[in-house]
Amino acid sequence: MLFAEAAGPHYFVNLTLVLIMLINLALLGSSRLSVCVRLSAAQGILLSVLPLEMPEHDFWSVFVVAAIILLLKGFVFPALLVRTLRTAQVRDEVVPIVSYAASLVVGVAVLCLGFWISSRLTLPHPATSPLVLPLALSTTLVGLFLIVSRKTALMQVIGYLVLENGIYIFGLSLVQDEPFLVEMGILLDIFVAVFVMGIAIFHINREFDHIDVGQLTSLKD
Amino acid sequence: MHGEGSIPLVLTLVLAPFFLGVINRTKAIVGGRTGQPLLQVYFDLFKLLGKGAVYSRTTTWVFRAGPIVGLAAVLLVATLVPFGPFRALVSFDGDLILLAYLLGLGRMSTVLAALDTGSPFEGMGASREVMFSALAEPALLLGLAALARATHVLSLTEMHRLLDASGWANEGLAISLVAVALVVVFLAENSRIPVDDPNTHLELTMVHEVMVLDHGGPDFAYILYGAALKLWILGSLVTGLVVPAGTTVAVVELGVALASMLGLAILVGLIESSMARLRMIRVPQLLVGAVALSSLALVLEFGGL
Repeated sequence: MLFAEAAGPHYFVNLTLVLIMLINLALLGSSRLSVCVRLSAAQGILLSVLPLEMPEHDFWSVFVVAAIILLLKGFVFPALLVRTLRTAQVRDEVVPIVSYAASLVVGVAVLCLGFWISSRLTLPHPATSPLVLPLALSTTLVGLFLIVSRKTALMQVIGYLVLENGIYIFGLSLVQDEPFLVEMGILLDIFVAVFVMGIAIFHINREFDHIDVGQLTSLKD
Repeated sequence: MHGEGSIPLVLTLVLAPFFLGVINRTKAIVGGRTGQPLLQVYFDLFKLLGKGAVYSRTTTWVFRAGPIVGLAAVLLVATLVPFGPFRALVSFDGDLILLAYLLGLGRMSTVLAALDTGSPFEGMGASREVMFSALAEPALLLGLAALARATHVLSLTEMHRLLDASGWANEGLAISLVAVALVVVFLAENSRIPVDDPNTHLELTMVHEVMVLDHGGPDFAYILYGAALKLWILGSLVTGLVVPAGTTVAVVELGVALASMLGLAILVGLIESSMARLRMIRVPQLLVGAVALSSLALVLEFGGL
């Protein structure tokens, strides 16, 4: 603690944000679906710690949100995704459209973009740490990139989760007291979404023997 | 020029082959063997220096110049790097860029000598070496740029002096990212596992070793010594970064620096004993990962961390 106090007020916030960004880069560079599911679980756990480290939020309402995020993003979603991966019996591959090395370069480019955009944004009140806004934006963009650049349907779910994580960090920095109910509503939405997507992936796989979304382009009415 | 500046240079010149010996000994012990003597590299160097060289009639002066230019470039780099409490022999603003490009010059001379032989295997090795180093170089330069930004100085000696315990407390995040990237660069530049295997004897899988297959005698001694020096120099960059110079007592600080070099040699030995080299196709991914870490550190520094 003494070390952290010497290092500045937002040491733990910055550390968590950098770890979240490192997980983004690892997601862009890893080729195994099961590894990606674990990485997104780790990101969810880090995300739940984040509001607790920001002193300006009311502790108890934040504590409940953090606990629910920890439960959902850290354990329930990964369990659902692992279950989908097992029942659909797909190969444990990401199948990228953009190569891993190029994806990492895109990750860095997106990070720079995040810093550039947030340097031009003016907020109603300053964020906790100068890193919150850029890393929120780049996490969102990494999520989007994961959705468009991977062929396996399961990666789209993970990309969606990363995207939502970015939006959540953005919300943390933008709104001092995000209404409890709104946060709960969003969490319920993504819970249902991941649940439905898991079932949909299972059925797509049973029908077509693969979950390659590239094949969707050949769908015609 | 400073009197104390010659100390890091002398330490590098004398101890570099020993560093290689420690790595080999660690690998031998982990593998359950006794291993060669710690001073084996010195014996090899003396043996090779006593021999004559044989040159193929198809080669030109480029082939003969290769090892000499390579060793000269590394010797120049050795004058730029500080060690422990001692400043480097030569230090000026921007010497970190000279460091990167002297390493590049040494590599280019080795590559040209390899191409000059006309051997297809050597050409293949040269192509791989250049591809890997093209990816390792941005990681090194961006990492050093991040450190320069963190310390607001442009020379390695000043940077090394400023990266003490308080530097770690303030910029710990960026420094640890750069440290990981530099370890990857250290392994890649010195053709260690997981990028290249220095012990392999199959031409198809060699990267660095295959380029120097046709060199013999004193030429090969220069190459071997140059490789040992490069290993020590990049290693001392990494340890100088990770183990901050904290105390004011020069002897203690020198001991800490030497001990951390020993630790790094053992770590390299353990890495080489515990993992196989990566598939050739995965190596660029590892190096781009290092570039990503370095640029993350640089962006964090610019982002006002």
